[in-house]
Amino acid sequence: MTALTAPRATAEERSRARRSRRYRRDLRWSPYALVAPFFLFFSAFGLFPLLYTGWASLHRVELTDPTHMEWAGLHNYSRLWEDDFFWNALRNTFTIGVISTVPQLLMALGLAHLLNYRLRGSMFFRVALLTPYATSVAAGTLVFVLLFGRDYGMVNWALGLAGLDAIDWQNGTWTSQLAVSTIVIWRWTGYNTLIYLAAMQAVPSDLYESAALDGASRWQQFRHVTIPSLRPTILFTVVVSTIGATQLFGEPLLFNGAAGATGGADHQYQTLGLYLYEQGWVNLHLGRASAIAWAMFLILLLIAAAHWLIGRRLRKSG
Amino acid sequence: MTATVPSRPTADTAAASAPPPAPPVARGRGRAGRPLHGGPLTYAVLILFTAGSLFPLVWTAVAASRTNTRLAGTPPPFWFGGNLAGNLTIAWRDANMGTALLNTTVVAGTVAAGTVLFSTIAGFAFAKLRFRFKNALLLLTIGTMMVPPQLSVVPLYMTIAELKWTDQLQAVILPTLVSAFGVFFMRQYLLQALPSELVEAARMDGASSLRIIWHVVFPAARPAMAVLGMLTFVQAWNDFFWPVIALTQSGNPTVQVALTGLGRGYIPDQSVIMAGALLGTLPLLIAFVLFGKQIVGGIMQGAVKG
Repeated sequence: MTALTAPRATAEERSRARRSRRYRRDLRWSPYALVAPFFLFFSAFGLFPLLYTGWASLHRVELTDPTHMEWAGLHNYSRLWEDDFFWNALRNTFTIGVISTVPQLLMALGLAHLLNYRLRGSMFFRVALLTPYATSVAAGTLVFVLLFGRDYGMVNWALGLAGLDAIDWQNGTWTSQLAVSTIVIWRWTGYNTLIYLAAMQAVPSDLYESAALDGASRWQQFRHVTIPSLRPTILFTVVVSTIGATQLFGEPLLFNGAAGATGGADHQYQTLGLYLYEQGWVNLHLGRASAIAWAMFLILLLIAAAHWLIGRRLRKSG
Repeated sequence: MTATVPSRPTADTAAASAPPPAPPVARGRGRAGRPLHGGPLTYAVLILFTAGSLFPLVWTAVAASRTNTRLAGTPPPFWFGGNLAGNLTIAWRDANMGTALLNTTVVAGTVAAGTVLFSTIAGFAFAKLRFRFKNALLLLTIGTMMVPPQLSVVPLYMTIAELKWTDQLQAVILPTLVSAFGVFFMRQYLLQALPSELVEAARMDGASSLRIIWHVVFPAARPAMAVLGMLTFVQAWNDFFWPVIALTQSGNPTVQVALTGLGRGYIPDQSVIMAGALLGTLPLLIAFVLFGKQIVGGIMQGAVKG
C-alpha cells in the first residue's frame, strides 16, 4: 500500500498517517476498554462466584479447610429436602416477607398520595420520612430490640398504659415475626413512598381534570386514575421488596441478641439468609451453605416467573 | 466544553445517531400533580408518620445519654440524661468505634468513587458507542442486577481465606467496587442527557476517546454521577452481610461489624450499645441534613428513569 502511493513520504505525511491509524484504533477499541473495568470486576466478584457456588454445593466443604473439596453429588440438596429447619426457614422467610412487604407498600402508596397534595414543608416531610433509610440494619435493629424488650421496652410499657398485658415479643412465633417485620417496614416505607410519589407526579394532569369533569370524587380519582397509572411502578416495588425479603438477614440475626444465628430459641424467626449463615459460619458446612444459596436462587427465579405471569395478565386485562 | 458546532452527518454518524430524546416529563407539582391543597387531616397523618420515622432515631440518642440501670426501669426514659459523653467515650474506646468509623469512611468513599467512575464510562459506552456484543453484554448486566449477595458469598470467602485477606479492607472493597445497577443507571441518564451530535462533533475535531470522556461525557453526566455517588455511599456505609463474614469486631471492623459485635454481647451495657449505634449513624444523618433535598431528588429521579 504505502509503496504504491508514497514511495518518498515526507515526515509530515507519515505522522498524519500514524495519527489517523491511532484514531481508527481508538474508535474501534475504546468501547471495549470502557466496559472492561466493569466486566473485569463483575466477572471476578459477581459472575464467577455465582457459578462456583453451584459447583461448591455439589461438594463437601468445611470452613476449617475451605480449599479441600470432596465430591458429594446431590447429597447437600437431598439433605436439605429432608431438613426441617430448612422448611422452617423457608416458611418464616415467606411469612415475614408478607407481613413486612404488604403493609409497607400500602402505607407508602397512601403517604405518596398525601405528599402529592400542595403542602407547606413538603421537602421536610420527604427528607424526614427517608431518614430511616439512612439508618443501617444494625443500628436500627439494636434500637428496636430495646423498644420491644419484654421487661422494660417502650412498646410493652405503652400496652400497659392501655391496660393490656406485656408481650414476650422475642419468644412467640407471630410476635417475633411481627417485631422483625416492624424494623423492615420502618426502614423502607419512606423510600417506597418517594418512588410512588415520583410516579404520581409523572401522571398527566389532564387525566385528573377530565376525571374531575366527569364528577369523580378524590377517592375515585385515586382508584381509577392514580392506581392504573402506577401499575408498572407498583410491580417494580413488589419485585424489589420480594427480593429484599428473600435475603432478609441482619434484622433476625441481631434481634436474637447474643444468642447466635438460630433466629430465636425455637428458630421461630430464622430466615433463609440466616440459616445459610448458620450452616456456613457457625456449623462450618460451606457446601451445605452453597446448596441453600442455590435453593434461594431457584425460589427467586420462581417468584420472578410468577411476577412476570401476573404482570402479563394485568397488562392484558388493563 | 469543546466542539459544539454541529457536524455534517456522514453515512456513519447518521446511522449512529440516536433517536431524538424523549419529551421531558413534567414533574412540577403545580403542572402535573393535583392543584389541590392538603387539608388538616393530610397534615395530621403526615406528622404522625414523620414522628414514627424519627422517633427510633431520637430515642437512640435519649438512651445513649442515660445509664444501663436507668434503661432497666419503668417507665422508660423520654428525655435526655447527662451520660452521653461518657457512653460515647466508652463506645469509641472499647467497641473499636474509632477504627470502625475510619474504616467505613475509607470503604464507602472508595466504593462510591469506583462505582461512579466505572459506571459512567461503561454507561457511556452502552448509551452512545457501537461495538460487537453490546446488546448481549447489556442484557447480562441487567439480568444479574437482582442476584442476591448470598449467592456469591461462599466462593468469596474461600478466595479471601486463600489470599489471607480476612480483616483487610480490600476484602470488602473489591467485591462491591462496581455495580450493575450503576451502569444501567448511567446508561439511562446519558441516553437522554448527552446529545450524540456532541460526541460526533468532538470526534470530527479529532478528539481521542479519553478527551471526549473528560470534556464531553463527564460534564454532561455530572448530576447523575452525584446522585449515584450519594446512593452508593449510603449503601456501602450500611453494607452488612458480607462485611460481617469477612471482618471481625476485634480486628479491623467497619461500623456495621462493630455494631453487630455490640449487639451480640461484646459490651453488655445497653446505653453504651446505643451510643455506638448513634456514632455509627451520625455521619449519614448529618449528610442527610445537608444533602437531604438532593438525595430525595436522586431517588425520585432514579424511580422515573428506572
